[in-house]
Amino acid sequence: MTIAVAPGITTDKSRAATEDAHADVRALALRVREHIIRMATAGGCFIGASLSCADIVTYMYSKVLRVTPATLGDPNRDYFFLSKGHDVPAVYATLAELGYFPVERLKNHLSPNDSMYWHPNRKIPGVEFHSGSLGHLLSVSIGVALDIKMRGGTNKVYVVVGDGECDEGSMWEGFLVAHAYGLDNLVVVVDRNEFQANIRTEELIPLEPLDQKLQAFGWQVKTVDGHDFDALASAFRTLPLRTGKPTAIIARTVRGKGLPSIEKRADRWFVNFKAEEIEQLLKELHGEALATLTSETLMVR
Amino acid sequence: MTTAQIFPTYEPTMKALCERDERVVVLTAENRAAIRGLPPILGQRFIDTGITEQTMIGVAAGLALRGRRPVAHALATFITLRAFEFIRDDLGIPKLPAVLVGGVPGFLSDANGPTHQAIDDVSLMRGIPNMQVVCPADEAELAQALVQLVECDCPTYVRHIAMTPGFPHKHPFELGKAEVLMEGDEIGILTYGFLSRHCYAAAEKLVAAGKSVRLVHVPTLKPLDEAAVLKTLETCRTTFTIEDHFLTGGLFSIVAELMAKRGRMARVVPFALEERWFLPTLLPQVLEHEGFTADKLVERITAALPS
Repeated sequence: MTIAVAPGITTDKSRAATEDAHADVRALALRVREHIIRMATAGGCFIGASLSCADIVTYMYSKVLRVTPATLGDPNRDYFFLSKGHDVPAVYATLAELGYFPVERLKNHLSPNDSMYWHPNRKIPGVEFHSGSLGHLLSVSIGVALDIKMRGGTNKVYVVVGDGECDEGSMWEGFLVAHAYGLDNLVVVVDRNEFQANIRTEELIPLEPLDQKLQAFGWQVKTVDGHDFDALASAFRTLPLRTGKPTAIIARTVRGKGLPSIEKRADRWFVNFKAEEIEQLLKELHGEALATLTSETLMVR
Repeated sequence: MTTAQIFPTYEPTMKALCERDERVVVLTAENRAAIRGLPPILGQRFIDTGITEQTMIGVAAGLALRGRRPVAHALATFITLRAFEFIRDDLGIPKLPAVLVGGVPGFLSDANGPTHQAIDDVSLMRGIPNMQVVCPADEAELAQALVQLVECDCPTYVRHIAMTPGFPHKHPFELGKAEVLMEGDEIGILTYGFLSRHCYAAAEKLVAAGKSVRLVHVPTLKPLDEAAVLKTLETCRTTFTIEDHFLTGGLFSIVAELMAKRGRMARVVPFALEERWFLPTLLPQVLEHEGFTADKLVERITAALPS
């Protein structure tokens, strides 16, 4: 059986020939995906969206955000908000790998003795704000961005939103308001994995042409492959895209990226795999045999 | 930081607060009635998000995360209902400091109709953990409250009122403290906000008619001055809860919860809106129709006393 090798996540022979400028973040993203898969059992997690945004989150934390564990209290740090809170395993894993808290703590996922549950909260070092209900953190980000402007700061506010999340009216309120205030220190990253909980976005409430919609709202928009680190590098290299305008980066991604057996599947959004399936999925991630999944599919929304 | 000067009206007090405390930021969802003169004075610290109550609350949370003390304005229905989940999630869960000022609450929406009748605001806001609820009787008390509320490390919902005092206060506003306006043991009256003036006028008439009245204005509904309420229940033969609010969730519910919690029995009669909105008309006619003028209150109270 051939395995689709996902650019950006597994060993890619063509890249090995030339020097891989993103080897470090590529390796980080692979470890992050391993952690996500390990969180998909004993209660489970929202694996599909966590995997779709894994490259975005790891790239941003390693290459874009001016923040470290030591500068979390610094008002001049860059802010990262995860508005689509169910992707939080990707953030937990990235923060752990980058030293915000011990990697060991990831084993506390869903434990009553920790605060590492299905949505983010501020008891996890590095998490700037909780989320869970969709359509909230764009407005919170606007508040932070406004204050930075008022104080003459140069730091930026990044908020990762979902494409399904863009169904929420509050998103479009936020798009209007951020433009009205010329928040060029605000960057929205849309994890455009083309799925909402149970169905493809275009089959339910079509978002396309999303770039044109955002442009019509006064945003500067760039669309990139959200699994291609070269593309992400070019998108994030010079921000804002235009002075006086908020920036939106539409990162085209694949739900379940890295695990062909669950990719682009509406029924593998939230999963709770058996221990042996986890072992198989880890092998699948590394390009070995596809996992044989026998766990029931879960419809949690 | 020196204490800001308190004026008898809202806007100058807000201006003084902003001048003394750079943390204070004024927000509105395009509702400027109470703060019309502030934009040129406050510059960037006046933020109008347009008709976007949810976004305004999220923005307030973001500003509070950065150390600001946002004071957010919208009509009471829209801020408490349209933005409810944002208040609960983005201010309540993280316990962020913000003052939410609801315009034309209760009967003050007069002829606007039921969409504009904030008569569930106390119920909704007090149900949120960490949220305080304040309903001043007049603009002077509102101004006194504002100065205290921006110092609180938690969110507060405030019913706005732009009326001059309708009765002489015994003491200035103190968060969490009820104001005992009259002492007596036959009729107890617990009330808040705009209706306190009408209850005061009714109580004067009852006293003139030889009744003994204990009148308590409860400007802070959460945290409650439990001692003042319990003393009223213990002292008076009949206690009336009088409010421009649904019967469910307002002061009557607060009193009933307190009684159940403390295992107390008392005779309590509620005057509130039971399972219905009030007649939309001009304020004096609202009061007349709904039975909340001083004369109507006297009539209803007298009729409800045990024979």
